[in-house]
Amino acid sequence: MLDFVQQLVSGIALGCVYGLIALGFVLIYKATEVVNFAQGDLMMLGGFFAFTFIGILGLNYWIGFFAAVVAMAAFGMLAERLVVRPILGYPQFTIVMATIGLGFFLRSVAGMIWGTDDLKIDTPFSQGVLRLGGLVLAHDKLSVIAATLLLCLLLYLFFNKTTLGTAMRASSENMLAAYYMGIPVKRVVAIVWAISAAVATAAGVLLAPITFIHSNVGLVLGLKAFPAAVLGGFGSIPGALVGGVLIGVIESMAGFYLPQGWKDVAPYIVLLAVLLLKPEGIFGLHVRKKV
Amino acid sequence: MSYFRAENLSLHFGGLKAVDSVNFAMEKGEILSIIGPNGAGKSSIFNLISRLYDPTSGRLFFEDQEITHEPPYSIAKLGIARTFQNIELFENASVLNNLLVGRHRHCTSSLWQEILYMPSVRRDEKIHRHKVEQVIEFLDLEPYRDRVISGLPYGVRKVVELARALCTEPKLILLDEPSSGLNVEETTDMSFWIRDMKSELGITVLMVEHDMSLVSRVSDRVIALNYGKVLAMGQPAEVQSHPDVVAAYLGA
Repeated sequence: MLDFVQQLVSGIALGCVYGLIALGFVLIYKATEVVNFAQGDLMMLGGFFAFTFIGILGLNYWIGFFAAVVAMAAFGMLAERLVVRPILGYPQFTIVMATIGLGFFLRSVAGMIWGTDDLKIDTPFSQGVLRLGGLVLAHDKLSVIAATLLLCLLLYLFFNKTTLGTAMRASSENMLAAYYMGIPVKRVVAIVWAISAAVATAAGVLLAPITFIHSNVGLVLGLKAFPAAVLGGFGSIPGALVGGVLIGVIESMAGFYLPQGWKDVAPYIVLLAVLLLKPEGIFGLHVRKKV
Repeated sequence: MSYFRAENLSLHFGGLKAVDSVNFAMEKGEILSIIGPNGAGKSSIFNLISRLYDPTSGRLFFEDQEITHEPPYSIAKLGIARTFQNIELFENASVLNNLLVGRHRHCTSSLWQEILYMPSVRRDEKIHRHKVEQVIEFLDLEPYRDRVISGLPYGVRKVVELARALCTEPKLILLDEPSSGLNVEETTDMSFWIRDMKSELGITVLMVEHDMSLVSRVSDRVIALNYGKVLAMGQPAEVQSHPDVVAAYLGA
């Protein structure tokens, strides 16, 4: 039983990270119907930014964290402006290829600048553990869960209680109508990219003590976050998080209870099963064409 | 000077002249209808005014200000609203929320004021809610206030889209085929509302419409177009009996 709870907590922590990356997928997809395959790489770059601020420049952890998030938000806007906006309106395939290309580009550049070794950041959560009875819970994992909950609350309030958040929801639902309500849609899309990159960075920094920072970290995690987004029903924000946590828990359980090799396959088996039984995903809207 | 004016407006797609040197002007509080066969350039003119297309040449003026190069979102801020032929609503939101989005151009509070939920934000919300309620009453939408758009019949959606345009408190409203898809009774309601928009709210109306009975009932003046060119302009009856207009419709 103790093992089970232990695995559950690590699974949830890992799943929160998948969920945060999936959240970035979903935000951008909802706003622009673009699937950003470089989402994981934005997370990777955010980790390197944080390493630069904290590890190299020696800033305080929280200041470095904040600086990395702000810098990546600006980078997200830049990526949208330079890579995505010029080809908006072209077939989906073009944009998908462009974001895959952006991912390759970011991985190579990160490798050139920061090298190919695993880097680590000393964080206030790197060492400590919380003991509850027989349970031993590492602070780094708990911090991921707590930060994810906090981020979700902030995003929820932002999207539901502010004019800018409402304008974003309106733009994502109907861009044309949003324009004629006086919403500057292009600026809104740029902000969506900024938020996605900022959320990915938060995930990257929180994850730094667990997986370390290297140029391929985003590729691996992005590939796990994608099924998380699909599982939740692409386009649903709560779905992305639930999907992420599910994938994380399944992976963690499979790694512990099943023979070796199942760990990486199990999430995809569950994904296939869910898609067979409920093709729109757990929280997806069921769209039925009226004739 | 006239209230709204299009000067030598042209839109060419390659060799096709969708709009060809169109000139017209509107007075404040006027209802002007644009008629013409399919492909005459009616919707193109709408899309030029609402800044979805850039004109090949020509200029647009509203309240003596040139709007030819304004981005689409600032059109709403200037006081121009539009509806669409195929209805562009926020499908998964309630009628009330759709209308509240229409208030966007009047939202002046900053993000920080909203985060702190300052008294001014609360006061503005009440004003927005009140304005929306006035529009709901004006267009008899009370029974549908909390219904989600995707579950509403076509005729009601058409009215909701008009309501949302009115929530922006426009000075000029562009109606793209307000009666398409409506039954006779709904079209009659629409014609009353269009007249009331002019007489009670003082809104200037520019509309594209195929239903000639609606056009003659509500319009002060009519413009007939064909192949992007103005065929005739004037009183509804006058334009409808103009030989060139008759020829364009009957294909003589």
